[in-house]
Amino acid sequence: MTDENPQQPFDEAEYRRRQRVRANLMGWILGGLAFLFFFITMARMVVPT
Amino acid sequence: MAQSLTHGEMSLPADWRDLFALTKPRVMSLVVFTALCGLLAAPGSVHPVLAFSSILAIALGAGASGALNQWYEATIDAKMKRTANRPLPAGRLDRQTALQFGVGLAAFSVFLMLFAANWQAAVLLTVSILFYVFIYTMWLKPRTPQNIVIGGAAGAFPPLIGWVAATGSVAPLPIALFLLIFLWTPPHFWALALFVRSDYAAAGIPMMPVVAGERATRRQILFYAIVMAAAAIAPWPLGYTGALYGWTATILSALFVLLSAQVGLRSAGADDRMQPEKRLFAFSIAYLFILFGAVVADHWLPL
Repeated sequence: MTDENPQQPFDEAEYRRRQRVRANLMGWILGGLAFLFFFITMARMVVPT
Repeated sequence: MAQSLTHGEMSLPADWRDLFALTKPRVMSLVVFTALCGLLAAPGSVHPVLAFSSILAIALGAGASGALNQWYEATIDAKMKRTANRPLPAGRLDRQTALQFGVGLAAFSVFLMLFAANWQAAVLLTVSILFYVFIYTMWLKPRTPQNIVIGGAAGAFPPLIGWVAATGSVAPLPIALFLLIFLWTPPHFWALALFVRSDYAAAGIPMMPVVAGERATRRQILFYAIVMAAAAIAPWPLGYTGALYGWTATILSALFVLLSAQVGLRSAGADDRMQPEKRLFAFSIAYLFILFGAVVADHWLPL
């Protein structure tokens, strides 16, 4: 598999791109979760247990 | 595996698309749909935010199971044409990342279920993830041709979890839905195994066609299809569903048995294109989608 091609050059532009995309994605996911947990808390307050 | 992406001490961070692929999105779509149907068919009403969060938790749990399955089976996947291009066997992702991703996602899904629904649903979600990873992937799959039969229970959990998330308790209808997916799994996967048989043989997985032979597999497909049809129709005469579901289940199950009979009562030649098997496999997916849709329609639009 990968050992057949050990000399593949390291692509720094690709490294930066992936870091940027992952940071953006993580930001959106964490933001979304903050909203979700807020709305779950609100919903649980109006729904009788 | 990750060496192709490394240079000195640095390695490329995983691409999000590869992490997404680890979750087996196509399998997840069926899981989400059946879980949603279980939740919508339950009596009473659920707050939309809590319903959404519960389904999200089930989807994440399924994704975690898929990721852990691919983590464990990376070397097997590399031997099969159908799976060789997955992120791990293709070398686009390292196993450590996949393991961390899977465990993290599993823990988060259970926490979300606990927070949004109830502890009963969270326990069921935990059991389903552990069952899929430890009982099916690690124990049964590499050891016995009955792997699909018992392992089918893992895929049968979502409608039950959806129902329990809405009500906090188990009832006969979600158990019937559990049974339906449980009995649907063998003919569905064995139809696939018949036309990718060489793949499974190359990977050394003891799937039914590889171990017991094609003829025995075909007979078993027909047997399970008949039992599954009975289980699919049963909720109607037992009074758990109405006529809308009843007629849908009767007609579609008859078709399922007919297609299974075409597979079960024939033997394939050397250059066979396996059309009846491919037809049964495709129909089995549509069958489950339509039947679960009918359960919900029957609940909301009783005839």
